[in-house]
Amino acid sequence: MDYKPSPDGSEPLTISTKIVVSGGFGVGKTTLVGSVSEIPPLTTEALMTEASEATDDLAATPEKSTTTVAMDFGKLTLDEGLVLYVFGTPGQSRFWFMWDDLVRGALGAVILVDTRRITDCFPAVNYFENDTDLPFIVAVNCFDGMLTHPVEEVREALALSPDVPIVLCDARKPESARDVLKELIRHALTVVA
Amino acid sequence: MVIPNQSRSARVRPYAITGGRTRSRHPLLLETLISVPDFDQDVRDKLIPEARDIYVLCQVKQSIAEISTRLAMPLGVVRVLVSDLADHGQVQVHPTGHVAGQPDRGLLERVLRGLQTIS
Ligand SMILES: Nc1nc2c(ncn2[C@@H]2O[C@H](COP(=O)(O)OP(=O)(O)OP(=O)(O)O)[C@@H](O)[C@H]2O)c(=O)[nH]1
Ligand SMILES: [Mg+2]
Repeated sequence: MDYKPSPDGSEPLTISTKIVVSGGFGVGKTTLVGSVSEIPPLTTEALMTEASEATDDLAATPEKSTTTVAMDFGKLTLDEGLVLYVFGTPGQSRFWFMWDDLVRGALGAVILVDTRRITDCFPAVNYFENDTDLPFIVAVNCFDGMLTHPVEEVREALALSPDVPIVLCDARKPESARDVLKELIRHALTVVA
Repeated sequence: MVIPNQSRSARVRPYAITGGRTRSRHPLLLETLISVPDFDQDVRDKLIPEARDIYVLCQVKQSIAEISTRLAMPLGVVRVLVSDLADHGQVQVHPTGHVAGQPDRGLLERVLRGLQTIS
C-alpha cells in the first residue's frame, strides 16, 4: 500500500465502509466477492462464541465454542480516502446470528439468488427484511447465462415488495459484479433520508 | 523499600485483564482501519507478543478483519488488543462511514462515484 506517515506523526484519515453479500449455500457469494476485490479475497474464521457475545446461553454449550465460521471478504479502494470492503456471509444458514457482526455498519446488502434453488435464499431475505434496517437488493446469479425464471416470478416466489430491486448478474464477471454493487448503492440512496 | 509492580504493564494490559471485553470510544467494526502513524521501536519492544504483532502489521493500514485473518487471531482478541493500543495512542483508529445508524447521502454518493470510476 502507499501509506506513508507524515513526519509529525499525523496522517490523513481513511474512511472505510462495507457491503454485505448474502444468499443461500453455493449461490456464488465467494465468487462475487473475488470478482470485485482488488486483492485476493481473504477468509477469516470467527469462533462462534465470540461472534455471538450477546447470546449468553451459548456459553453453556462449550462444544460449540470451537465451531468456526468462514467469512470471505474483498477490498476496493474507491478514492484516496475511501475504502470499501465486501463481505460474503457464511453459506450455512444455521450461523445466521453471525450476520449481526457482518451487517453492523454496512451500507446495504446484496442477496444472491440461484433460480434453480430459489428457496435457498429465504433465510437471507427474512433476515434482511425483518431483523435489519439495511437497504438490500436481490441479484440473480445467472449460472451459465441461464435465466430459468423471469424476474417477476422471482419477486413473487420471494414475496419481495415492489420497491426491492432485482438485477441479473454473472458473479464471475467483475463489471457485472460491480454493477450489482452500484445498483445497491443507488437503491440505498432512494431509501436514505 | 518499594517493590515495583511488575505484573501490570503501564503500556498494555493483556486482554485477560479486560476479560475479553472492551468499551472503546471507537467502535471497531470489521472494516475499521487501523494504522500506526508514528512507529516506535521502544513501544514495540514493550508490548505483549500479540499486541506487538498488530502494532508491526499496522504500519501498513489494515482493517480489523484483515488483522484477524493475517495474524490468525480471533476477532474478539484483535478488538480488545487494538482498543488498548488505541487508548494508549499507539495506533490510529480510522473512521467508518457508519454514523449513528445510517450512512449519509454524501458517503453513498462518493461510494457510487468510486465504483463508477473503476473499470
Ligand atoms: N457457471 C457458473 N458458475 C458459478 C457462477 N458463480 C459461481 N459459480 C460456481 O458455483 C460454485 C459455488 O460458488 P461460490 O462462489 O463458492 O458460492 P458461495 O455462495 O460462496 O458458496 P458457500 O460459501 O459455500 O455458500 C463454484 O464452483 C463457482 O465456481 C456463475 O455465475 N456461473
Ligand atoms: Mg462462499
